[in-house]
Amino acid sequence: MSTQKPILQMTKIHKRFPGVKALSDVNLRLFPGEVHALMGENGAGKSTLIKVLTGVYSIDEGRVEMEGMPITLHSPLESQAAGISTVYQEVNLCPNLTVAENIFIGREPRRFGRILWKEMNRRAAELLSERMNLQIDVTRPLHTYSVAVQQLVAIARALNISAKVLILDEPTSSLDQKEVEQLFRIMRKLKQDGLSILFVTHFLDQMYEISDRVTILRGGEFVGEYMAEELTRLELVMKMIGKELHLLEELPSLAEADQHTLGGEWIRAEGLGRKGGIEPFDLAIRQGEVVGLAGLLGSGRTETARLFFGADKPDSGRLTLPESAGTVRSPREAIRRRIAFCSENRKTEGIIGDLTVRENIILVLQAKYGAFKAISRKRQEEIAGEYIRMLNINPPNPDHLIKNLSGGNQQKVLLARWLLTEPQLLILDEPTRGIDIGAKAEIQKLVLSLSRQGMSFLFISSELEEVLRVSDRIAVLRDRRKVKEVTGKDMSQQHIMQSIAGG
Amino acid sequence: MGRLVKHHLFWPLCVLAALLLFNLCYSPDFFTITMHDGHLYGSLIDILNFGSPLILVAIGMTLVVATKGIDLSVGSIVAISGAVACLSISKGPDQNSLVLILISVLLAVGLSLVLGLWNGLLVSVAGIQPIIATLILMVAGRGIAQLVTGGQIITVTSAKYAYIGSGSLATLPFSIFVVILVLLIALLTRRTALGLFIESVGCNPTASLMAGVRAKWVILSVYIFCGLCAGIAGLLLSSNVSSADGNNAGLWYELDAILAVVIGGTSLNGGRYYLTGTVIGALIIQTLTTTIYMIGVPPEITLVVKAFVVLAVCLIQSDSFRAAFAARWKTRHYPAEKEITRHVS
Repeated sequence: MSTQKPILQMTKIHKRFPGVKALSDVNLRLFPGEVHALMGENGAGKSTLIKVLTGVYSIDEGRVEMEGMPITLHSPLESQAAGISTVYQEVNLCPNLTVAENIFIGREPRRFGRILWKEMNRRAAELLSERMNLQIDVTRPLHTYSVAVQQLVAIARALNISAKVLILDEPTSSLDQKEVEQLFRIMRKLKQDGLSILFVTHFLDQMYEISDRVTILRGGEFVGEYMAEELTRLELVMKMIGKELHLLEELPSLAEADQHTLGGEWIRAEGLGRKGGIEPFDLAIRQGEVVGLAGLLGSGRTETARLFFGADKPDSGRLTLPESAGTVRSPREAIRRRIAFCSENRKTEGIIGDLTVRENIILVLQAKYGAFKAISRKRQEEIAGEYIRMLNINPPNPDHLIKNLSGGNQQKVLLARWLLTEPQLLILDEPTRGIDIGAKAEIQKLVLSLSRQGMSFLFISSELEEVLRVSDRIAVLRDRRKVKEVTGKDMSQQHIMQSIAGG
Repeated sequence: MGRLVKHHLFWPLCVLAALLLFNLCYSPDFFTITMHDGHLYGSLIDILNFGSPLILVAIGMTLVVATKGIDLSVGSIVAISGAVACLSISKGPDQNSLVLILISVLLAVGLSLVLGLWNGLLVSVAGIQPIIATLILMVAGRGIAQLVTGGQIITVTSAKYAYIGSGSLATLPFSIFVVILVLLIALLTRRTALGLFIESVGCNPTASLMAGVRAKWVILSVYIFCGLCAGIAGLLLSSNVSSADGNNAGLWYELDAILAVVIGGTSLNGGRYYLTGTVIGALIIQTLTTTIYMIGVPPEITLVVKAFVVLAVCLIQSDSFRAAFAARWKTRHYPAEKEITRHVS
């Protein structure tokens, strides 16, 4: 492989934004027929590098060569013409068009200017079944399929454009294990066909499973390029975070977690359910208790959380708060009853992008107060400053627009927003998704320490280890049904895995 | 300097200054203000006076646009409000009775509030897209106004009513004080948390709902306020000419108002809004209209001239246009450089 010439070579790439050095002196080489992982913490510059490759941003300095020829990437079209195709983390296809239309949009098979619909549908179905092992009705609108299928359709579309380099930006973050395996089979096949794949991921396991080579970035700088098999996990993590990995080990173990005493039952769901979301279930949460929800993607975890917050109306059962003899019918009511919900969809259900960090932090508290009891500017600044310090929000400027922060820092702002309302129950849906290891450990620590002070949690994560680490009790969901509750010594990875798998 | 250019009022103020400067060069007595019988007269005063209905409508529109909405019905509400007030006054026994005028004004304002409520209900409760929801009243409202006036122009002979739109207080036109009052009310959104809620709903309605913001109430209130502004504008307009014309009063106001909002820096995508920007935007439009009349552009091409100036204003404000223009400027300076790199590669 060393004798081979790279198909794509980026040398000494620099990219600056006002006040920020997003990339400085970054190199990247992609060889034909390899899967190349791009790894780094939040703010490492992965997204920026990809946007440079796809022509969204133009570089300030540096060279990009494709098969030895210098190329310029000033627009997404130029990038596509050079043979670079991208599938983004958030699938950006047209949900209202059919699967086939999405694959062929702009390149529909035509005769005399007329689109050959039958031909197009046949070819789309063929493409999906042959290259993706996916047998679906290609004439149905894309939005009727799950995110996983949409992702595969997006890849099929990218492949249909004659691509030499395929960029997959965190393709696995919303896929379950089976879907990941399916994706990897497809990636291996594409690799054999000589395609060069740039694979961006947060999952170490997946990186090792599929990648040949890995490039690591940190804080916008190039750390190094390594052969995946020659790099140990510890080395990898240390290079990514640039320090010794002791943060996670500092967490109290489960034995210690058992020691703290729980309060009385605070909220109780009885036969609560919603069609197409989650089958009726019972679940009670005590004061100071951390209840974890384990299960695969689409097992009904988020749906359960939304019912607890009143974001969806249940078809059956009821939610009661024994102490106040109340219930929860809407997010507003939930907030009034001191329930908080950090949604997994940060962008669509969490942040208000055009507002500042300060405004985002005080929003819920202000909504609780109502429009006419405005929190004074001075008080707002105090609050924002306090939480920025407490949660280590970076950059520590309350007047930054939140949309310009990295994912992990946006997540911290949302946490601050909810903590400010002093909730009794904090529902965290994938609070650590897409954020770096350091921030992850900080959030886990926070959950543990707050629960010791009597706050209850409903903790959802697709990382089982994480759920195990923080939870006092775990409810296991499978196929939109609550199948089991485990506590104490039953809370082992194997046991829960079996429950999830249905063994 | 960089921060100055970045400020949202920089380009609108530049455009306004340029317009005024043009006027100064063209007619040196443009800035002359004279005093007659305790009233100030001059082109600048005229701009403020004649521009006040547009400023009012645009202020209301700003809040609606901030919620990612739009209100096309303001022109019709202007007509209805004026028509109702004038009809009520003309039917009275003594047109100069203060009670009658107060009742008529309250009637018109009340009706505009109801019309605003109607728009708000269609958008927030019925969930109809704002452009369609308000289109209904835009079309139907003209009909209502014509119905009220009976298809005629209603004239009133009431000095007290005429005072609202053409009287003066402390040497300045009374309408300016009305505008200031409404602007202060609108600025209350900044003193209360309503402004934050309006921006958050406009920017991300789902997230706002999850944060416990009463999105429906917020949307309802901005449409009601917009209706109120249009209603007051209708009073100013009809009082200024002491008559109500159901067909033509407030015609195309919605478009001028939207333009003023956008020139003022508020995006049609919702979110951040700038009330002072809107006022400057409306003043730009009014100054432009006055300028066109003053320099004697033939009537048949005034709209074309206006269109070109508006186009220029919008282009100046567009970031990507300025960037493209700057890039062109650079390449024009070093035409050979591009050639060289092409040959080397």
